[in-house]
Amino acid sequence: MIEQDGIASENMVKAEFPTQEELERPKAVIECYKRIPCNPCETSCPFDAITVGEDINDRPVIDFDKCTGCGICVFNCPGLAITVFQINDDEVLMKIPYEFHPLPEEGDDVHVVNRAGERITKGRVHKVQAGRRQNKTALIHLSVPADYLYDAITIEVIPFEE
Amino acid sequence: MVTSECVIVGGGPAGLSAAKELLEAGARVTIIDRNERLGGQLIKQTHMFFGSEKQYASHRGIDILEYLVNDLAPYGDRLEIRTGTTVAAIYQDKVLGCLKDEKYFKIKAESVIIATGASEKALPFENNDLPGVYAAGAVQTLMNEYGIKPGQKVLMVGSGNIGLIVGYQLLQAGIEVKALVEAADRIGGYLVHASKIRRLGVPVLPKTSIKRAIGEDAVEAAEIWSLDENWQGIPGTEKKLDVDTICIAVGLSPLTELLQQTGVRVEYVRELGGNVPLLDEGYRTTVDKVYACGDVANIEEASSAMVEGRITGIHAARDLGHEVENAGFRIKALQHELYDLRGGPPGEKVRQGIKKREVLA
Repeated sequence: MIEQDGIASENMVKAEFPTQEELERPKAVIECYKRIPCNPCETSCPFDAITVGEDINDRPVIDFDKCTGCGICVFNCPGLAITVFQINDDEVLMKIPYEFHPLPEEGDDVHVVNRAGERITKGRVHKVQAGRRQNKTALIHLSVPADYLYDAITIEVIPFEE
Repeated sequence: MVTSECVIVGGGPAGLSAAKELLEAGARVTIIDRNERLGGQLIKQTHMFFGSEKQYASHRGIDILEYLVNDLAPYGDRLEIRTGTTVAAIYQDKVLGCLKDEKYFKIKAESVIIATGASEKALPFENNDLPGVYAAGAVQTLMNEYGIKPGQKVLMVGSGNIGLIVGYQLLQAGIEVKALVEAADRIGGYLVHASKIRRLGVPVLPKTSIKRAIGEDAVEAAEIWSLDENWQGIPGTEKKLDVDTICIAVGLSPLTELLQQTGVRVEYVRELGGNVPLLDEGYRTTVDKVYACGDVANIEEASSAMVEGRITGIHAARDLGHEVENAGFRIKALQHELYDLRGGPPGEKVRQGIKKREVLA
């Protein structure tokens, strides 16, 4: 249970996802499961796709028709709780927030982990956005095999002991 | 004797925010902080803040510190900043006895704002005095302020936001976090913070606590065990963790010692973190022209401390006879910000505590 171990269940995760059809284009998936006083996702979205509303404690609601999957909310979310997903044939393209050094580089193979931190597959880094705008929360673009759509969440940090 | 219209003790988020309002209203302000740099805990807060744009949400604490200090720059001629200075005593005529570089001097203030923040709670367990047992704030200071790793393998005790955030920052520093234990049956802080460390492989263990630290001259291992319904350790459930550092994040206590020297009424309100001053809606204590805001008044996030500081500053300025433009409207807007920040489940405890305090006052 997420309240005990911090791991969202499969049902919880799937409930936040758009349909497979909608995922032909990139869409942000917001995993903000508990009410907390926070709304930068709403105020940072250039397309008004995310609504928290008057009470900043309410959970964000996303309109997938408006979401372009740009990823701006991903690096503005203080909880690092937003990921962009897109299905591209047999691959899932992801944009994840990443706050570790060294940053991966374009073309790197990386270990992809699930929400419990277990290695599930290998992924490839396609792009790293880490400019002024990202303000120290890099946006990593990567691809993973399509089977891992609902499991893949981030990448393993470069090993502690080098 | 040096004099000041308003002395603010503590240059953290609450104190700096109060200073800005007072300066804007035309007051002469002295900020005293025992650290060499202003900012209080913001100095080491490398994570993005929650809240809304009004409290700089999604900006990092270290950047917010700069905004707050820059806000004071235009008023340099009326502002005196005394860092590296400890207020050792406050007398009832608002004379503050201060220590700087082993030298003692006095400041006479017309009004005093106490924004001293909080200290970390300790946890009793066997060998908790071994080197390698740290409070979470100390670990944060070592890593984020001085760039020093406290150790290589850490056990984090406590799943409030501090434990979760410092756990993540340990990972960012390249330190292994073997586990995060929580005595209660659920995570205390924001779930998004917990998920952040869980997906990086840190086990988050509820109903679990530290039994003892193991080691001769320093921590060589930690023993954790499961707790029963009555928060008692269950014999036979002990597990030994290979760690060299134990990080304690089990809550904060308001630092009210100075405040109490002024003779203000203080009451124990568990939901606010312990002994806290009785306050009116303007953050006035029971002693004329002595105010308290931020963590010293109630343990909360820095976002709320900033808003409280601003409300306090406006009231303190008016009480000194300065005119504050649109004061009524602005206070209402700031109170609304607090209402928003405290409106959800994480704010429930503080809401209850403030109600209790109102009844006591």
